[in-house]
Parts: sequence; structure tokens; C-alpha cells
Amino acid sequence: MNECLIKIEDLHKSFDSNKVIDGLTLSIGRGESIAIIGQSGTGKSVLLKHLIRLLSPDRGRIYFDGKDIAKLQGENLVAMRRRYGMLFQSAALFDSLTVAENVGLGLHESGDYRKSDIDIIVQDKLEMVGLSGSADKYPAELSGGMRKRVGLARAIAAGPEVLLYDEPTTGLDPITADVINDLIVSLNQRLLVTSIAVTHDMASAFKIAERIVMLYEGRIAFDGTPEQIKISSNPIVRQFVTGRATGPIQVR
Amino acid sequence: MEYYPVMTLGRRGVNFITRLGGIFVMIGRFVVALKDIPRSVRLIFEQLYAIGVQSLPLIIVIAIFVGAVSAWQAAYQFKFIGAPLRYLGQAVGKAVVIELAPVLSALVFAGRVGAGIAAELGTMRVTEQIDALEAMGINPMRYLMMPRVLACLIMVPLLVVFSNFIAILGGLSVAVVGVDISSETFLEGFKSSFQVTDFVNGLIKAGVFGLVIGLIGCYEGFNTKGGAQGVGVSTTTSVVISSVMILILDFVFTVLLFRL
Ligand SMILES: Nc1ncnc2c1ncn2[C@@H]1O[C@H](COP(=O)(O)OP(=O)(O)OP(=O)(O)O)[C@@H](O)[C@H]1O
Ligand SMILES: [Mg+2]
Repeated sequence: MNECLIKIEDLHKSFDSNKVIDGLTLSIGRGESIAIIGQSGTGKSVLLKHLIRLLSPDRGRIYFDGKDIAKLQGENLVAMRRRYGMLFQSAALFDSLTVAENVGLGLHESGDYRKSDIDIIVQDKLEMVGLSGSADKYPAELSGGMRKRVGLARAIAAGPEVLLYDEPTTGLDPITADVINDLIVSLNQRLLVTSIAVTHDMASAFKIAERIVMLYEGRIAFDGTPEQIKISSNPIVRQFVTGRATGPIQVR
Repeated sequence: MEYYPVMTLGRRGVNFITRLGGIFVMIGRFVVALKDIPRSVRLIFEQLYAIGVQSLPLIIVIAIFVGAVSAWQAAYQFKFIGAPLRYLGQAVGKAVVIELAPVLSALVFAGRVGAGIAAELGTMRVTEQIDALEAMGINPMRYLMMPRVLACLIMVPLLVVFSNFIAILGGLSVAVVGVDISSETFLEGFKSSFQVTDFVNGLIKAGVFGLVIGLIGCYEGFNTKGGAQGVGVSTTTSVVISSVMILILDFVFTVLLFRL
């Protein structure tokens, strides 16, 4: 494996009495592309939010580039977060801003870019996700899939080193979904970004990831390549990959 | 079973103390965020406009009637105790400048602006927009809280200046039309008792109210939980708490500022 970029050690997180993450340990190398799969409600989104400290663990540590992120303060915390780009599951667009303003906000507020440069970057990113015609629309005027793509354009706008995608293709038609998959692959290969994608879509996972991690009951049930997961005999993995209602995983 | 009311009271007490602590922490964050005023000028002007300028019509309507009713009430009481009506301008002027304009404007402002801030930030919280800001390395305290609280702090006193003026005009109209004293008499009475310190103290109170409304609106908004229902709860809570705090602080500051 490449040099380790993100290291999660013995992570625990509960919300009141609901234990979500229960001793999870995971290392992610620089430049890797990982897909995280798992049943709805197993804590995939919660895990992503921990990486940029939108949530804090009850126990355990997360290291980013060798530093314990719990110890980062002020400017250092901001600097760490700016090295990430995150696509939220709900897209989380700012509803008082236009599509273009949403995509450009991070650049604008960082104070490191000129207005004319921001316009060019925004236009470029919107083209990448196939939305250059919607720059002046407001989020409320977009469809769910369009919002997702704006969220994606916003996540990649500042050229982050690590991209966190929370269900990038959910709610998209198969053709658009494939365009987004290609985009994720090309970001990963051309720009050498590290990518961590949460997905339910096995076709997407196989396409975008060189490593697949499955969460089950707050821990990692499987960690391996797409080839390995296809031939895995682990009943939990088999049930998920083949998508059957019956088996060791019970829907509660 | 019979312990339930006691437990509820206990929980309420704890909630209240948590909230008070949270609001004090927010004061600290507000002061820290003030250093970022230079690069937040656009955001501050947006809020000054949305919070202040757009509240002006409502404040004016309220002020007209506050002045009118206080003139009528004063005249009624003068009749009762047999005081001469030429003191009407004095009574209305003092009541408006010291008490009525700051407190009533603030209460209306809490209902319009405080509730609006709590609802807007609450919606942003439950739809993960605040998380998204943080994820982009933008501090929500600077980007969202500071411009709103600052706008409240500036705008409530400014609106009270308008409110004073309009309320006196409202009182004057009622005095002339309804009580039948001349506008010269009314204004002379007003002028003879007008003191700059009263006026300034009224504005100090207004500033405190503005700060409290902004801070509570932001605090409730940021701490919203759940969905649409949570936003509703935050909105209501912000108005209730702001209103109660306005009346309590009004008493405290009146005692501190207006020595007997
Ligand atoms: N802010 C929160 N407060 C309380 N509970 C939460 C919060 N966020 C998540 N949870 C709980 O944590 C658990 C995991 O949620 P999470 O959103 O991570 O699931 P997920 O794996 O992303 O599911 P999905 O595939 O449906 O998106 C759920 O039981 C959820 O109720
Ligand atoms: Mg999720």
C-alpha cells in the first residue's frame, strides 16, 4: 500500500443509546480509491463526517497526514478541512445562493482567488458535471439528481487532495450515473486525489474503487479488492453483494 | 408518578442553565469574530438591509399607535387626577423615549427578526448546510452569526430613533385631534422635559435588546435538532426567550441607568 494518509483507530460513536460505530479501525493510503458499502443506517455517513471533524468520536483517534485531527485548532483545522472536498448525501446546497455561487463559495471565502479566476473554475466544474446551463438557477429549482451534481462540482471546486463522496450516484439515471463514475475515476487517476465513496450501487463501486470496505454492525466486515469481494464466501458480504432479503443481515 | 413534575422542573432548570451557558459562549465567539469585519463587509450589509431596512415599515406602524395610545392614556389619567393638559407632551415624551419605543420596538423586532434568524439558521442546520460550510473551511460563526448579531446590535437602536420620532408625532396627532390641545403646547411640554441622557439611555437599552435578540436567534438556530418540527420549536423558543429577556433586562438597565 501507498504511504498512509488517513488512519482511523478504534473509533466509537453512539447517539444516545444508539451505538453506531463500535471499534472501527481503517487505514487509507494516499491516492487510493475506496468504496464503502453497507446497509442503510450502519453509519457510513457518520464515518465520513468524522474524517473532517463534523462529528467527534466518543473514543478512538483519527490521524490525517500523521496528525491527530482532534488536536487541530483554528487555522490548522480549517487548513485540514480545505484539503478535503465533501459531497453530502443530501447535497446540502446553500439555498440562498445560486448554483454558481454555491460552487464558487469556498474559493471566494478562502480569499486566495480572484473573481475572474473563480468564474472560470466554476464554469469548468459545472461543465464537468453537465450543468453549465444551470449556473444562475437556485437549488430549489433543480431536480434531486441535478442537486447532487452541483454538490459534486462544489466538492471538487477547490481542487482538494481527498474527496469524500456520500452516495454520488444515488438518484441519477444510469447514463448520468456513469458519467459521474467516469468523472470520479478520472479525478482519481489524473489528479491523484484520494477518494472515499459511500455507495449502495455495486456497479458504481466496482467501477470507481480499487478497494471495497464493507461496514456491518459498527465495524469492518470486509476489506479487499473488487475481485476478492466477488468471490468472497463471507455470508454477510454475499448477501449484500447479491442483494437478498434473507441471510445473516436482518433489516430492522 | 408524583415525582414527574419535580423531574420536569429539574430538567427545565438544567436546560435553562445549558442555554444560558451556550449564549455566553456565543457572546465570546461574537467578540472574536468581530476581527473579521473587514472581509465580511458584504455579508454585514446584506444583513443590515434584510434585518434593519426591511423592518422599518413595521416599526413605523407600531410607533404611530404607541404614541397615539400613550397620549390618550395620559390624557385619561390627567383628567382623573386633575392635572393640567399642557403637561401632556412631557408625559408622552418621557414614556416614549425612555420606555415605550425601546421595549415595544424590541419586542416586535424579536418576533420578526429573531424568529427569522432562528428559522433560517435552524433550516440550514437540519439540511446540513452548516456542516457543508464547516466542511469548506468556512467558519459559520463568522459567515452567519457575526453579521446577523452585529446587524441587530446596530439596527435596533437606529430603529428606535425612528420609532421615537414617529411615536411623538403619533402622540401629537392624538393630542391635537382627540384631546384638543394645540400642537405648540404639546411640543413645548415635550421640549421642556426632553433630556439627552434619557434619549441616549433609551438607545443603550435598545442596543442591549438588539444584541440579545441576535444572539438568542443564532443560538437557537445553530442548536436546532430534528426536521421541520425542530425548526418550529427553535423559532418559537427564540421569540419566547428573547421577549422574556427583553423585559427582565429592561428592568435591570432601567434601575442601573435611571437613578432616582
Ligand atoms: N446527528 C445525528 N443524531 C442522532 N443520530 C444520528 C445522527 N446522525 C446519524 N445518526 C444515526 O446514526 C446511524 C447511522 O446513520 P448514517 O447516516 O451514518 O447511516 P448510513 O450508513 O449513511 O445510511 P444510509 O445508507 O441510509 O445513508 C443511524 O441510526 C442514524 O439514526
Ligand atoms: Mg448515509
